[in-house]
Amino acid sequence: MNLVESYRDDLKLIEKPWTGCWIGMTLLVLVLLPWFSSAHWVYLGTLIFIVAVGIMGQNLLIGYTGQISLGQAGFLAIGAFTFGHLAKLGIPVGLALLAAGLMAAFFGVLVGFPSLRLKGPYLAIVTLGFGIAVYQTFTSFEVLSGGRMGLVVPKFPALFGFSREVSMYYFALLLGLTFTLVTYNLVSSYLGRAFVAIRDNDIAAEVLGVNLTNYKLLSFAISSFYTGIHGAMFGMFMGFIEPQMFNFSESLIIFVAVVIGGLASVEGAIFGAAFVILIPQIFSGYREFVPVIFGVTVVLIMIFEPLGLAGRWFKIRLYYRNWPFR
Amino acid sequence: MVNFTQYMISGLSAGSLYALVALGVVLIYRSTRILNFAHGDMATMGTFFAFSLLSWRFPFYLALPLSLLFGALLAVVFYFSIIVPAQRRDATLLGQIALTVGLSMIFQGAMIYVWGTDSKMLAFPLSDTKTWNVGPIYLNELSLGTLIVGILGSILLYLLIQKTRLGLAMRATSENLPAAQTLGIPTRTILATSWGLAALLGVLAGLFLAPALILDPFFMLEPFLKGFAGAILGGLNSLPGAIIGGLLIGIIENLCGGYISLEFKNTVPFLIIILVLLFKHEGLLGKEFKERI
Repeated sequence: MNLVESYRDDLKLIEKPWTGCWIGMTLLVLVLLPWFSSAHWVYLGTLIFIVAVGIMGQNLLIGYTGQISLGQAGFLAIGAFTFGHLAKLGIPVGLALLAAGLMAAFFGVLVGFPSLRLKGPYLAIVTLGFGIAVYQTFTSFEVLSGGRMGLVVPKFPALFGFSREVSMYYFALLLGLTFTLVTYNLVSSYLGRAFVAIRDNDIAAEVLGVNLTNYKLLSFAISSFYTGIHGAMFGMFMGFIEPQMFNFSESLIIFVAVVIGGLASVEGAIFGAAFVILIPQIFSGYREFVPVIFGVTVVLIMIFEPLGLAGRWFKIRLYYRNWPFR
Repeated sequence: MVNFTQYMISGLSAGSLYALVALGVVLIYRSTRILNFAHGDMATMGTFFAFSLLSWRFPFYLALPLSLLFGALLAVVFYFSIIVPAQRRDATLLGQIALTVGLSMIFQGAMIYVWGTDSKMLAFPLSDTKTWNVGPIYLNELSLGTLIVGILGSILLYLLIQKTRLGLAMRATSENLPAAQTLGIPTRTILATSWGLAALLGVLAGLFLAPALILDPFFMLEPFLKGFAGAILGGLNSLPGAIIGGLLIGIIENLCGGYISLEFKNTVPFLIIILVLLFKHEGLLGKEFKERI
């Protein structure tokens, strides 16, 4: 789309002054959102930022590295419960979040080991099995899951004179922004390019000097770190967690969000997160239709816009940039 | 020993249904390389259709073939209306898998809308309360019928694939699509037939599972995942592998439930599959992954 003349140009996050303007305005609106809108929108915004982190992580794995994974719910549960138990012990939020992410990343590496030998559907079933095993473990051991009533997680404290919800909103916004920036940089670094090379042809990538073992495991570790953070934040946001929240359909929803948003695209992950959060809200009167809408959207997107919402967004921008030429 | 035999029998009877589901997954995977995540929901649709027919006082011998046909029709319609257009636009494999995930969500929503989420009883002619004692072992009517249907279905499928012209065309199509096209095989019809056949097997499994489980829109999720796991265990492009895998999953699951713990009945088969795949990574009988660069 752009004429790239130097490596510096290629690495630029904001390509045109106008883009910078738009992004700045969006950010301003997001920062000021709690001042002028209702509590419901703050709630939705928080949820979208949280979910976007997890979907970015899964997009790194599915979209960039090309490893099909259906065990996201397992990582979510691990992150959420690690955070929940640590936070109950009185460990500071930041440290507990980090621990939750690292714990999920550790399990990600464990799940990643089979990926060194398995491909496509075989890998999918291994990750699926992992998700089910985690779910069963949490439902069977009350020590882990906090018993029948679930685990009560301390909520985010009220800071700087804001209410609890608004402070959580700003925290989620900050975290979401950090992860977005990190992901953009990750994707344009050696690491991200190695991931893409593995996706396109793993044998060729290995011949070109990409260490398959390290990079596949790293991809699993990073993506499950993101998902673990997502789970932990979700637990903190909800204030209580139970294993039932992390079942197979949760994995499917994350998978759908990645596909709808657009594979291998960071904006796509955010769009996907917004989609899966907002659609059930918009159609809250017709709850039974929500899966149908998800399904129809997936089908339509796969047939008419395989690049997802991000691809559509890109085409719209291209159209206006080149107008009146096409 | 008595316990062991008892577990083996119930394992075989559950496993024969998993084998039917696995056969459906493998049929679709072999011919189109698509992992069909909507397989379980297609089967559930067919089962619910049978439920409706039975509640409209259709006799069972009529409701059974009609619901099998209904399931097959659904799959064929899906193939022609969604998979074919997507393939025409060069959808990636991941994209096609996502399509089936989308379809499964649509089916689920539709079933919840039409039949509701509350559980139902399927009026089934075989019951699991009628038992016979053979020595010290209990046999119930339902699991015996299930076993017979599973074995019969597998044998019929084997005969269809290996001994008929249609089966020959199906094998040719899955072996090499362009070559089959050049030889004048109507590959699209053949692929649609594979989809229909797969859904038919799924509905058959669903009909026999419904009386043992509770019929609600999600009742096929677990059997589907296990059938899927069985297909992977046996090797995704081997039909005998699917039967062996399905039976093994059923047996392992029941032995685990009997000897280890009932809570982990659903988890242990998956752990075993992960172990097997680590050492034999194309499944027990699969042959794949020999690629040219």
